[in-house]
Amino acid sequence: MSDEFDKKIEAKADTIVDAGSVPSGSVPGIDYVPAHERPDQELYHSHSWWTTYVFSQDAKYIGIQYAITAIGTGLIGLVLSWMMRLQLAFPGLGILEPSAYYQFITMHGMIMVIYLLTALFLGGFGNLLIPLMCGARDMAFPYLNMVSYWEFLLAVLILLSSFFVPGGPTGAGWTLYPPQAITSGTPGSSAGIVLMLISLCVFVAGFTMGGLNYIITMLQSRARGMTLMRLPLTCWGIFTATVLALLAFPALLVGCIMMTLDSLLGTSFFMPAMISMGEKLSYDGGSPLLFQHLFWFFGHPEVYIIALPAFGIISDLISVHARKNIFGYRMMVWAIVGIGALSFFVWAHHMYVSGMTPWFGYFFATTTLIIAVPTAIKVYNWVLTLWRGNIQLTLPMLFALAFIVTFVNGGLTGIFLGNVTVDVPLSDTYFVVAHFHMVMGIAPILVVFGAIYHWFPLITGRMLHEGIGRIHFWVTFLGSYAIYFPMHYQGFVGVPRRYFEIYDSPYITTSTLHLNVFITIAALIVGAAQLLFLFNLIYSARAGKKAEKNPWKANSLEWLTPEMPPGHGNFGKELPVVYRWAYDFNVPGADKDYIPQTVPPSEVRSAKVEKT
Amino acid sequence: MFPLIVAHIFVLIVVASVAFHFWSPWWWTPVASNWGGMDDTILLTFWVTGVVFIAVCLFMAYCIWRYRYQKDRKAEYKPEDKKLEFHLTWLTTLGVIVMLAPGLVVWHKYVTVPEDALNVEVVAYQWGWKYRLPGEDDILGKTEIKFINDENPFGLNLKDPNGKDDILVDSGDLHIQIDKPVKFLLRSLDVLHNFYVPQFRGKMDMVPGHITYYWLTPIRTGDFEVLCAEFCGVGHYAMRGRVFVDDEKNYNQWLAQQITFEKMLAQNKIDNKSLKLVKNIE
Repeated sequence: MSDEFDKKIEAKADTIVDAGSVPSGSVPGIDYVPAHERPDQELYHSHSWWTTYVFSQDAKYIGIQYAITAIGTGLIGLVLSWMMRLQLAFPGLGILEPSAYYQFITMHGMIMVIYLLTALFLGGFGNLLIPLMCGARDMAFPYLNMVSYWEFLLAVLILLSSFFVPGGPTGAGWTLYPPQAITSGTPGSSAGIVLMLISLCVFVAGFTMGGLNYIITMLQSRARGMTLMRLPLTCWGIFTATVLALLAFPALLVGCIMMTLDSLLGTSFFMPAMISMGEKLSYDGGSPLLFQHLFWFFGHPEVYIIALPAFGIISDLISVHARKNIFGYRMMVWAIVGIGALSFFVWAHHMYVSGMTPWFGYFFATTTLIIAVPTAIKVYNWVLTLWRGNIQLTLPMLFALAFIVTFVNGGLTGIFLGNVTVDVPLSDTYFVVAHFHMVMGIAPILVVFGAIYHWFPLITGRMLHEGIGRIHFWVTFLGSYAIYFPMHYQGFVGVPRRYFEIYDSPYITTSTLHLNVFITIAALIVGAAQLLFLFNLIYSARAGKKAEKNPWKANSLEWLTPEMPPGHGNFGKELPVVYRWAYDFNVPGADKDYIPQTVPPSEVRSAKVEKT
Repeated sequence: MFPLIVAHIFVLIVVASVAFHFWSPWWWTPVASNWGGMDDTILLTFWVTGVVFIAVCLFMAYCIWRYRYQKDRKAEYKPEDKKLEFHLTWLTTLGVIVMLAPGLVVWHKYVTVPEDALNVEVVAYQWGWKYRLPGEDDILGKTEIKFINDENPFGLNLKDPNGKDDILVDSGDLHIQIDKPVKFLLRSLDVLHNFYVPQFRGKMDMVPGHITYYWLTPIRTGDFEVLCAEFCGVGHYAMRGRVFVDDEKNYNQWLAQQITFEKMLAQNKIDNKSLKLVKNIE
């Protein structure tokens, strides 16, 4: 080892010993804090407008960049869904060509799942909240973090550019199944699909940079005293989801690379001997099922990559706004970890009728229904947190309650589809569409709204407008329930999904088609209500009511920064020191109804706190 | 006041959902195959999950009203309750077993084909259906994509003697006989498809390069629409066919009108003198 390295180690040891002293305000003997394990982080300090706001290395700015890009892309997805719904409700008007319809469903699906929800929960909320909640100055690798965002933006631009290439974007369905994805019976089977695959590869590369940051920050940069079991559940949700993503995205990546090779170089990874447009193609011997396995090995964990951060965030919202500790915290943590682990053993429940060996059905039906148990426990613990609480019906709380209804509904229909026998008649019908929109569309979006209403004051220092918020809430919640609840019954009738037009099939009553009109009208109204929300965001950021510090009287560290919104480096001169978990609400014997994580036991001697 | 309204709206959602379930006109078509067991499993799942949904939502509505915010109320401080969590866990596990076990029994039947089932090959292509039945030898001849040409549209191997008497149905209409089990052998010539008749309940993707299958016994006569249930390109929604369930007499009548592979080849020869029958075979 070089001398220089030895010197560095020595210097590091000095800082640790120095910083390991008892923090100011704490009483020895009562207030125990573990020593520092590493020196304070040296930050990059920006000097120009460009490096502050555009090429920012501050996780808070990167989070907001992620959020704005994701929501902007999501709005395109929303408009696409309007077009599809109009076509389904009024097939006579000729609003779309079949090829455009299929292109729109594909882009809508991929945008919403990957470029909106994944990017928003992990890139957006992850960047904003992880360093703040852990008591860190920034992410562990700020430069890499910045690159992660710019790769995400690049992925979005590549994706959107496919609208402008000959043949248009791919219309293969968001699952991109070969052989149809790259053969000529499908819209966008040449340039469109290749751009989609490249965009996904870029997204995965960018996400890996961000994901390593989230995990390493949470493992290495927590404040003194912030043990893993004192972390807010939001952090646990994002942490586990990121681990899942880092393990699942490689399957998608190799699938995309292999299909790109099939498409451009004529390899036959996924392509069997087949006929297309009356011509025999030169492919031979590949397996379309291999792609499906790779896709769903990514695709099922992907559901939890979105759901777990939502679970975590909702737990925190419910606890803060019901003024009560989250019920069964340890069980909640293990449920998150357990669901994450199990999610890698259930992927083929998307493939019960795919033509894979039917004997897999027994195994995957069993694992899938086992996952219902930890999920149900989470639901019980949410409602048990409400029980004997002191429930403030603030906007975040309203969205949390709506989330529970929607998630329970969508989760239970998942039990239908996970149970292999029941899946046979229902798969590929509107029941599936209704199920996954309820459970991984509406439910997480309600969490996103709840979280934005909750953390908006932290970002801007102002509150969102309550009245506009309430209209937005009721229209979004009741409207989306009205869209997707009846849709399940179209599935029972047997209406297949991905049908440009159903015609008057003999088994379908005309009233089923009328239901399409109702659903479309509801969808238009719900979509329009989101414009109200956007207006609220812009209006309140400029002229909203000034928020007091820690407006919800929460305990977690993000609200305990010296300034609000938090400045560069988050915590001022001295990093916070943590003495308790984030859920000490209404502790018997305490004078106030909440005890922030930084309050040492000596300050609240009369409180009968359980050891955490 | 606001908590009371919110609680009522949540109750209303439950009431409306239950009312919709029982009184809306949208429900499954009467079953036409032996897979009524699938419907029964769905009903069982409905009961179990329905009770959970109603219980959770009503409990929530109760909490919203009963524990509404009051300035001087203190929420309970109780980080966990191991006993309660334990009971909820085993109760949930029990519910899961009640739904899963019957489901797996029905699935076992679905994947266990009776020995006396008639093999019927369903051929899917962009965007239509055709069918092939075994002839007197009860064996379907071998096929490959490379043998397909204008004269041999099903791609049968000319060297396989079992294929000579195969009955080829070059139209989207298939007839099957009531009360006789049928095993559908599913073959695709191009991309993924799925042979789906809503009234039969059964479903399976067709994957080029594989032969997949499922079986059923039709239990009532009638004519039913065939739909493709796996996205297969721009004509997916228009890929329709028909299945007629006949009694024995009508079925035999229909069968007698169909032609065998051998006859088809001969006919093609007459139709086209310049025919090169084996142009794709070395």
